[in-house]
Amino acid sequence: MKKRKLNIAVTGLNAIDSPGPGISVIRGLREADSFDVRIIGLSYESLEPGIYMHNVVDKTYQIPYPSAGTDTLLARLEYIHEIEKLDVIIPNFDAELFPFIKLEHKLKAMGIQMFLPTARQFEERQKVNLNTFGEKYGIHVPKCKILFDLSAVHSLSSEFVFPVVVKGKFYDASIAYNTDQVRSYYNKISAKWGLPIIIQEFIHGTEFNVTGLGDGKGNTMAAVAMRKQYITDKGKAWGGISIADEKILGMTRKFLKNTKWRGGFELELMKNKDNELYLLEINPRLPAWIYLAVGVGQNIPEALVNLALGNKVVPYKDYMVGKMFIRYAWDMIVDREEFEQISVTGEL
Amino acid sequence: MKISKNVAVSDAGLVFNPVTGESFSANPIGIEIINLIREGKSHKTIIDSILAKYITESSTVEKDLHDFTDVLRHFNLLEDHEEKKA
Repeated sequence: MKKRKLNIAVTGLNAIDSPGPGISVIRGLREADSFDVRIIGLSYESLEPGIYMHNVVDKTYQIPYPSAGTDTLLARLEYIHEIEKLDVIIPNFDAELFPFIKLEHKLKAMGIQMFLPTARQFEERQKVNLNTFGEKYGIHVPKCKILFDLSAVHSLSSEFVFPVVVKGKFYDASIAYNTDQVRSYYNKISAKWGLPIIIQEFIHGTEFNVTGLGDGKGNTMAAVAMRKQYITDKGKAWGGISIADEKILGMTRKFLKNTKWRGGFELELMKNKDNELYLLEINPRLPAWIYLAVGVGQNIPEALVNLALGNKVVPYKDYMVGKMFIRYAWDMIVDREEFEQISVTGEL
Repeated sequence: MKISKNVAVSDAGLVFNPVTGESFSANPIGIEIINLIREGKSHKTIIDSILAKYITESSTVEKDLHDFTDVLRHFNLLEDHEEKKA
């Protein structure tokens, strides 16, 4: 039987040292059993490698940064939709999710489906709200304090045991061993990502990650746990292995059941020496290592698209354990004309 | 004592713990001991088995086995701590 061909737009084509998830998501979509795809890349910068990977991305359009506002984004998406007849959009950056959530109804009216967390879910899991989130849903999280100005730094010594983790609202995290270092990281991170800055209790232990998919009704549609084996200086996994830790998967199911999470996600977890699990962060989108989930038997990008289209999806129950992913860098040779075209016309 | 559930041991001497994702390498005697534990052999049977195969002292095997099982326990590869003490 001939499979339906879907036009799916994907962001996060920056397959760099701190990679966006786009390319891995597309690999999953291209291996889907239930549909064929034409992939429309949505890029922000002219040097995002995915733009030039023509065997992965069929056509790319630049889109405006979230700071340009939702009207500008909507106008650009209307233009792209007119040409490409999009069926589904999969946004893959934290910072762009809120504008896409805001546009969900308008895009749906145009015939474009997405499967995103609700605005409430998106807000609740923000780093600044993590303590409240942990209390509300009965999930163990590290103690956090939100800083809006430097004057509050001096009181940290009485509230926390050093070291502490200094985190930006969206990205970046550094470990500070004293208040002087907190001030330094505060300035550095806030200059890049703005305020507030989050001070988080440092949990000694081993880091684990889970990616998965919630159907918005409390059901676990997919979940794969991974331990990072090779970490870059930016803290990103360059290699990892699938694991079967029932405690981690149990926490994941609890998270989905209690929050009724809708869409893809990644949980960042820390297990201390007493075997206690802490939830450090909830990323409201699929991670860059999502292809490991596909490789071990859970094609989460495919399931996400089917949920977006309202198709019946059978939840994944298990996966292969002990499978590794090892990332690599690959130099492409690109004609200058291609760079010029995407830079000047915003399309390639 | 018993090897933790689902721990995989390869012929090449790699021990993989699927719960933590950690891998370890063990030498041939280490693998032999792990396999004997897996077969449910008692502490004494393991020592007798090693003594029957290698030229060494009973006290040395006993000490080495004690050290080795401590390492396995430390890395969560061994369960049933109580039984071992008994």
